[in-house]
Amino acid sequence: MSKKGSGGAVKNPGAEPTLGIDPFQDTLRRLREAFKSGRTRSAEFRAAQLQGLGRFLQENKQLLQDALAQDLHKSAFEADVSEIITTQNEVDYALKNLQAWMKDEPGSTNLFMKLDSVFIRKEPFGLVLIIAPWNYPVNLVLVPLVGALAAGNCVVLKPSEISQGTEKVLAEVLPQYLDQSCFAVVLGGPQETGQLLEHKFNYIFFTGSPRVGKIVMTAAAKHLTPVTLELGGKNPCYVDDNCDPQTVANRVAWFRYFNAGQTCVAPDYVLCSPEMQERLLPALQSTITRFYGDDPQSSPNLGRIINQKQFQRLRALLGCGHVAIGGQSDESDRYIAPTVLVDVQETEPVMQEEIFGPILPIVNVRSVDEAIEFINRREKPLALYAFSNSSQVVNQMLERTSSGGFAGNDGFLYVSLLSVPLGGVGHSGMGRYHGKFTFDTFSHHRTCLLAPSGLEKLKEIRYPPYTDWNQQLLRWGMGPKSCTLL
Amino acid sequence: MEREVQRVRQAFLSGRSRSLRFRLQQLEALRRMVQEREKDILAAIAADLCKSEFNAYSQEVITVLGEIDFMLENLPEWVTAKPVKKNLLTMLDEAYIQPQPLGVVLIIGAWNYPFVLTIQPLIGAIAAGNAVIIKPSELSENTAKIVAKLLPQYLDQDLYIVINGGVEETTELLKQRFDHVFYTGNTAVGKIVMEAAAKHLTPVTLELGGKSPCYVDKDCDLDIVCRRITWGKYMNCGQTCIAPDYILCEASLQSQIVWKIKETVKEFYGENIKESPDYDRIINLRHFKRILSLLEGQKIAFGGETDEATRYIAPTVLTDVDPKTKVMQEEIFGPILPIVPVKNVDEAIDFINEREKPLALYVFSHNHKLIKRMIDETSSGGVTGNDVIMHFMLNSLPFGGVGSSGMGAYHGKHSFDTFSHQRPCLLKSLKREGANKLRYPPNSQSKVDWGKFFLLKRFNKEKFGLLLLTFLGIVAAVLVKKHQAVLRRKALLIFLVVHRLRWSSKQR
Repeated sequence: MSKKGSGGAVKNPGAEPTLGIDPFQDTLRRLREAFKSGRTRSAEFRAAQLQGLGRFLQENKQLLQDALAQDLHKSAFEADVSEIITTQNEVDYALKNLQAWMKDEPGSTNLFMKLDSVFIRKEPFGLVLIIAPWNYPVNLVLVPLVGALAAGNCVVLKPSEISQGTEKVLAEVLPQYLDQSCFAVVLGGPQETGQLLEHKFNYIFFTGSPRVGKIVMTAAAKHLTPVTLELGGKNPCYVDDNCDPQTVANRVAWFRYFNAGQTCVAPDYVLCSPEMQERLLPALQSTITRFYGDDPQSSPNLGRIINQKQFQRLRALLGCGHVAIGGQSDESDRYIAPTVLVDVQETEPVMQEEIFGPILPIVNVRSVDEAIEFINRREKPLALYAFSNSSQVVNQMLERTSSGGFAGNDGFLYVSLLSVPLGGVGHSGMGRYHGKFTFDTFSHHRTCLLAPSGLEKLKEIRYPPYTDWNQQLLRWGMGPKSCTLL
Repeated sequence: MEREVQRVRQAFLSGRSRSLRFRLQQLEALRRMVQEREKDILAAIAADLCKSEFNAYSQEVITVLGEIDFMLENLPEWVTAKPVKKNLLTMLDEAYIQPQPLGVVLIIGAWNYPFVLTIQPLIGAIAAGNAVIIKPSELSENTAKIVAKLLPQYLDQDLYIVINGGVEETTELLKQRFDHVFYTGNTAVGKIVMEAAAKHLTPVTLELGGKSPCYVDKDCDLDIVCRRITWGKYMNCGQTCIAPDYILCEASLQSQIVWKIKETVKEFYGENIKESPDYDRIINLRHFKRILSLLEGQKIAFGGETDEATRYIAPTVLTDVDPKTKVMQEEIFGPILPIVPVKNVDEAIDFINEREKPLALYVFSHNHKLIKRMIDETSSGGVTGNDVIMHFMLNSLPFGGVGSSGMGAYHGKHSFDTFSHQRPCLLKSLKREGANKLRYPPNSQSKVDWGKFFLLKRFNKEKFGLLLLTFLGIVAAVLVKKHQAVLRRKALLIFLVVHRLRWSSKQR
């Protein structure tokens, strides 16, 4: 359902003097009224929106690739595999399953209620807000959108102002493919987002840092708005002595340096023994050379840091420990070489904050137990990785730690599975999505019981006055043993 | 306070709450506690709410026992990892979702059903393998005391503790860090709880309230309807979060409804309601006075008698109620039933939608289309059609609110899910590294196409794909075992190319 027009995005209020005028009020009111009118409820409408989104991806593939290249120096391969294809996949999956997802889910009844009709109705929440980050600016804004639309909500998108190229495409082109009475893109920085969050939404979906996650949840609390927070953390990567260093190096390096390390589920640091480290370093060097050549800066396959602020932050981290591999940087290009650091102390900055860059520190531990202890002393991460030939070691890691997700002997491949939810725990987030989980996230599951209007005799037993006989019967009938049937 | 929480956290970190055997043991112990000390528990509840022991049993203890039994039966299945569907890229790997405990859970109970509203969430938290701190409501003092006394006698004393206290203690408690906070109570405090939880990024479940509307259509059997409404409204003296708060109906039905409810009240509680052992009392003086103030300026069709000394308020019905008056501005939580006349079902739906989403919605009609319309065009935590309260009773269905009536849900498996982290796990082997070449740089367009091929889930749907898949699996296994790396890769690639070409041509 494409519409001609200005694009439907609220212009950056910083461009005009606002003097206390709320720039979002009209847009939000319009969307709320549209929701009240019931327009978004029908399967046809939702499917049309999803189809529009699909067409947006297909018809603007080059535009999106260019924007991603501009923002993050993302290669066409990375752009396709991690953003465009993944989102297209989600759109197709939602279209295929929409009817099934929307159906009332029948519930099982107990002995007393066999004659009732019982089901769970999936309802849209209403007006939902999706706040997206800059590292996968297409994927992380559109995949939640797929679920929000499929669930029948009206949606406000707030893409990151940091990934400017993509922000422009989303603000100017995307609305043309969707019904703009039920969908809007709003723009702005931290100040405008703060203003936006003062409004009441029926659901807020936020992807970003834990620090801002707290701000979002606090703002949501004022309106009792439920939230999903996809945050981050330091994802540990344990490498056992019992493994092939080259294979491990290939896999770890690929997931670490993908998108120049700016991935919330990337392995953040390695835990291994000093002996393993000796074997791993040359393997990593070999992998990096193979992937990016002798001069990684000239490789088209390596991304760049999103902006100066992040670049400066990362460059400062290069001073931690010792540089074993890489360590070069170029400010004019926002380039940081694929780097491995050793002799890193737990107290140094590189081990205190989520790195979010192409730097891989190695911390030495003497055993699996020490690694597990190390991990459990810290905040629960979004992802946890363990590499070992021994499935016992991998299982130990899994059972004795907690994290959003876990992968043995590989990186974040599991995010490509639509059947598997992506979400954090503790400081790495709350809630989850992807595939049907997104639809469920944006739906209220309403329990409905329809009793027969007659057959009152059966209900008599529950009414007072409660004579002795009555009491005995109820105690027996509803008693514990019968309760197993209940 | 901090020390207590630390102690519980240390207990959780010891790992002993995690094994299935331990969880079942604790649940069985809880069951024994409820059965062996039934008298004490019933006496406490009865004392708090001036209700008969039978009412306390049928309203609270039965539900608790039912929930424990349901957990004991199903927990072994729930704790197991659930395999998930894989794509071509992960077809040779193990992929599943493993439920894990969250850690230390805080449960804040309410006073209206002080036992079940504290213990039912506790059951779920234990079942999910967590350590729990329980903060019963201080308004239901006797139940709070008995829970604090009994729990340590039956359950692990370091993993499950009770902290009693008022607003001050609760505020202190909320400053601590938990892995989940479960709160049952009112909307205003719900916001405070969520805000406190936000500081630690702690997920919350909030079971709040609201004004649950009850629409009575003219096409219904009023006798039956009024009996059901009377039962649900005056149970626990109206102090039920899912009680029908007010009635919406056409003006012509009012007098009939009033008459029938009056008759039913007489039938249920006798001529002298005060003497009926089955009619309960208001929890305390503050609420008594609050509810009384709701009667000001209202047309009392029947009822309205009160006795401050015993905190007794008679079952009361108000007619022709003005939506702007106080009784329609807050959740009544008392035995007062306002009737707000509306012209028709359209007006009723508009009326409901103009207000906050309630915890429950009730609609009485023979006309199924009308009921369906009510459900379709409104929103609420849950719905019961042609009855009240009952959707709460099914522990196979989620019980929770939406909007200002709450977030999250529980009961049965939904409790287990609420208090668990469902952790996705993908286990690969370090072998078959050759297959990964596809994703490693340097990249090319052909690699993109391959990437697309592997990411899309096709092999479930096409029969030949399945066959080829088996082939691939066997070939891969055989080659890995027997042949050299080069040969292995080549053979795999040939098969994949063939399949890929056939797949691509199918695309066009």
